[in-house]
Amino acid sequence: MLDIKKIREDFPILKREVNGKPLVYLDNAATSQTPQQVIDVIVDYYQNYNANIHRGVHALSQEATDKYEQARIKIQKHFNAANSHEILFTSGTTHSINLVANGFSSLIENGDEILVSAMEHHSNIVPWQMLCERTGAVLKVIPMNQEGELLMDVYDELLSEKTKLVFCNHISNALGTINPIKEIIDRAHGVGAAVLIDGAQAAPHIVADVQALDVDFYTISAHKVCGPTGVGMLYGKEEWLKRLPPYQGGGEMIAEVTFEKTTYADLPHKFEAGTPNICGGIAFGAALDYMNSIGFDEIAKYEHELLQYATQELLKIDRLKIYGTAKNKTSVISFNIDGIHPYDIGTILDKLGIAVRTGHHCAQPIMDFYKIPGTVRASFSFYNTKGEIDTLVSGVERARKMLL
Amino acid sequence: MEIKEIQDDIVDEFSMFDDWMQRYEYMIELGKSLPLIDEAYKTDDNIIKGCQSKVWVHAELQDNKLVFTADSDAIITKGIIAILIRAFSNQKPKDIIEANTNFIDEIGLKEHLSPTRANGLVSMIKQLKLYAVAYQTQVN
Repeated sequence: MLDIKKIREDFPILKREVNGKPLVYLDNAATSQTPQQVIDVIVDYYQNYNANIHRGVHALSQEATDKYEQARIKIQKHFNAANSHEILFTSGTTHSINLVANGFSSLIENGDEILVSAMEHHSNIVPWQMLCERTGAVLKVIPMNQEGELLMDVYDELLSEKTKLVFCNHISNALGTINPIKEIIDRAHGVGAAVLIDGAQAAPHIVADVQALDVDFYTISAHKVCGPTGVGMLYGKEEWLKRLPPYQGGGEMIAEVTFEKTTYADLPHKFEAGTPNICGGIAFGAALDYMNSIGFDEIAKYEHELLQYATQELLKIDRLKIYGTAKNKTSVISFNIDGIHPYDIGTILDKLGIAVRTGHHCAQPIMDFYKIPGTVRASFSFYNTKGEIDTLVSGVERARKMLL
Repeated sequence: MEIKEIQDDIVDEFSMFDDWMQRYEYMIELGKSLPLIDEAYKTDDNIIKGCQSKVWVHAELQDNKLVFTADSDAIITKGIIAILIRAFSNQKPKDIIEANTNFIDEIGLKEHLSPTRANGLVSMIKQLKLYAVAYQTQVN
């Protein structure tokens, strides 16, 4: 059993007030809060060993390099990658996806097909549309049902020898659906297609084993797992990372440079041009340490309890409808009250100190599917409590009375 | 009435409320009295960009004064645009261009004035003023 009271002590921000009310932070799917343990690592870096990495011979540079590379190994172990050079530091999931999309420009041909799921974040749609524009490839969509589950039989029909790439999120940010990614990957491999899984929403809830999944690319952002913003990771199978051309040119990513020709550095540096987010990378490692010290099994169990409780309590509210009712989902609840705009509910909740997200959640195709302008989304983390859910429910009820 | 006088009236009305809830309830009421835009003008061209909810505004010149009508699919946003229209509608374009909007701050809606705020209050003010600039040339 998690000691939530003790865990909450780790997060200084949870003690603050908003609009004169204790903060109830339920926007964890947008970004998670940062524990003191990670804040300490960030402060320690700037106070004690801030230096550029991989090039200085001096002690600070060496220390920073060691810590940064140790973080890479922590990430490698967390995701059970075969090699640490298969873990690339990026600025986050969006950067990772663009890196892969750009790399595939030279491997995709006119008439090839790329599949994306109907429940993608814009960051996992737009880069592929851009890739299709550059190459003449065709983007096809794996549809979903009303519950927010992918139609796997249609997926089978869409797969063919023309399919070169398949992209899907592990968990939908707008609906919370946990997608059957192992099946998606296996079936794509059956026709020789590569698969990228956007793990941004899954990372705080589930540990993905990239070898067991046999996934080609997997990406997450550190700020979803109690780490800082502006840093993330892209796992790529060695064979793919060797085939893909570099994304950006610059320092760090080269072996030799003359004006006639440049040879590129080995993995992972080939994809890490310029001075990286050193402190962010180190803090990312510390954030995974923190979450592992709590334990993902315990986290998943507790968050499931929160999800069930919140679902049950919210559904007691008159005219409230939940979008995303997949059998297999995480602690994200997207909802609307019939006749009320989600923005209005979000505004009232904000006045009550409750942080939720409103809008289309960067997933407009999902909103079009349900024919709604957006939803109110409450997303729960392991540091949230049932008491906070009660505050949410009474806040929504109050908003309903005011607005209807 | 001049814009400034109307703004002062609005500030007076809002000063009667003790807390945010009453202010918002009043704003919702004001939203219901918004002079609604003709359905024919509820086109994509008339949508104000930068709002999380949809806001449509139409302007037309009547006796050298600019008359605004509007609508929104969110009720709080409707209240905000109703307050703006009450202050700016039926006024000369020149006066609309020159009017300041400090009264928004005074009625306790300062938080909505941030340019990054998703309700687009800043975009609404900008749009009303742009209409005024556009129509000023047609005033006799």
